[in-house]
Amino acid sequence: MSAGSFYQRDRRWHPPALSPAYKTSVTRSPQRALVALDNTLSEMTGPVFGQETLGPLDDDMIRNFAKDGDPIGPRIIVHGRVLDEDARPVPGALIEVWQANAGGRYRHKKETYLAPLDPNFGGCGRTLSAEDGSYRFRTIMPGPYPWPNGPNDWRPAHIHFSIFGHGFAQRLITQMYFEGDPLIWKCPIVSTIPDRAAIERLIAPLDLANTVPMDARAYKFDIVLRGRRSTLFENRMEGN
Amino acid sequence: MVQSLDRLKESPSQTAGPYVHIGCTPNVCGIEGVFPRDLGAMMLQPETRGERIRIIGRVFDGVGIALKDALVEVWQADADGLYPSPQETRGKADPHFTGFGRSAGDMTSGEFTFDTIKPGAVPFKNSRPQAPHITLWIVARGINIGLHTRLYFGDEETANAADPILSRIEHRSRVPTLIAPRAMEDGRPTYRHDIVLQGEKETIFFDI
Ligand SMILES: [Fe+2]
Repeated sequence: MSAGSFYQRDRRWHPPALSPAYKTSVTRSPQRALVALDNTLSEMTGPVFGQETLGPLDDDMIRNFAKDGDPIGPRIIVHGRVLDEDARPVPGALIEVWQANAGGRYRHKKETYLAPLDPNFGGCGRTLSAEDGSYRFRTIMPGPYPWPNGPNDWRPAHIHFSIFGHGFAQRLITQMYFEGDPLIWKCPIVSTIPDRAAIERLIAPLDLANTVPMDARAYKFDIVLRGRRSTLFENRMEGN
Repeated sequence: MVQSLDRLKESPSQTAGPYVHIGCTPNVCGIEGVFPRDLGAMMLQPETRGERIRIIGRVFDGVGIALKDALVEVWQADADGLYPSPQETRGKADPHFTGFGRSAGDMTSGEFTFDTIKPGAVPFKNSRPQAPHITLWIVARGINIGLHTRLYFGDEETANAADPILSRIEHRSRVPTLIAPRAMEDGRPTYRHDIVLQGEKETIFFDI
């Protein structure tokens, strides 16, 4: 297993800490330069989660909270692969997801949107990537929702993703959007990402080939985590 | 034109938003019965080796208000300085310690708490030791990309003074933002460690 340090993160590709159109970032963004830290074991290692972490319905948000029937909303499958920057599969990556229900309402005490809760929808799920990096889960299509930022800002339909790779330096949280949603290009959170090509990497296309006929449409969402150097050369330079 | 490196770009980060707890600590926010327990809620088992310690802190914004919607994760070595990870090649870490903790913080005070053990020293390059430390990762609404920082221990003055990372920090006045003082609280060694996102006492965050 190759276990070197990770390639430097391209900070110009990611959103900057301060993006004034997303108002909450104004007081929550560090202003000093980040201090560069060459990866040590503390960053190259990371927690490992096995199949024993998961329950049988963790990857099925249609069933994992259901009380007396299926949740309301279009049934979908989200699937894809977790790869690193060298296009190598990342097996055993823990993927946690959360989302609003079909009406755009989250199951959360602090949520005030007037759309109703769905008694059969919790909104959280998780899964582990397989040996080839592939993963999948089943859910319902989340609805767009308004949020307090500008006087009339709406989030495009989205699913939040949290991903653990093999090293803590790979830790990533992002959001998946759906092909064709006009709100994507009007959203101040999406627009924190400076490069249109980077935004497009978060938009999952409809995948008709993997659709289950008469049941659920599929969306394909590949995730790329940081790649890492081979240890061969690093060890030599360190003189170990 | 030159040949292509054929490298992919990392998926860009997006904020964890205000409802990160639904996905990462659902039991804390009232979504019960989906996951039996929240990931990283318990770092210790009775058999875990090492000195029991508690870490308490809050995350402050640039106006001095404590965040109530943050998620703090910690990653640390065991009492011997070994990581419970397949990438650890120096030996086998304590099988009764996961090294990973996650705290949603208290919904009203924003205070996060980790009951853990004090980690041993971990080597730097060329086998030089680093002072004992814990890696922290912070996400929240308004944070566009997760913030990496470290906690060092106030009672490790000699090790801290020799630490290759701490000693390299140019702005010496900022170093204390990484060091948590030790005190006895409720009969347990406790390290208070606040994180300041912005302003005069801004915590040092790392580009790792
Ligand atoms: Fe959201």
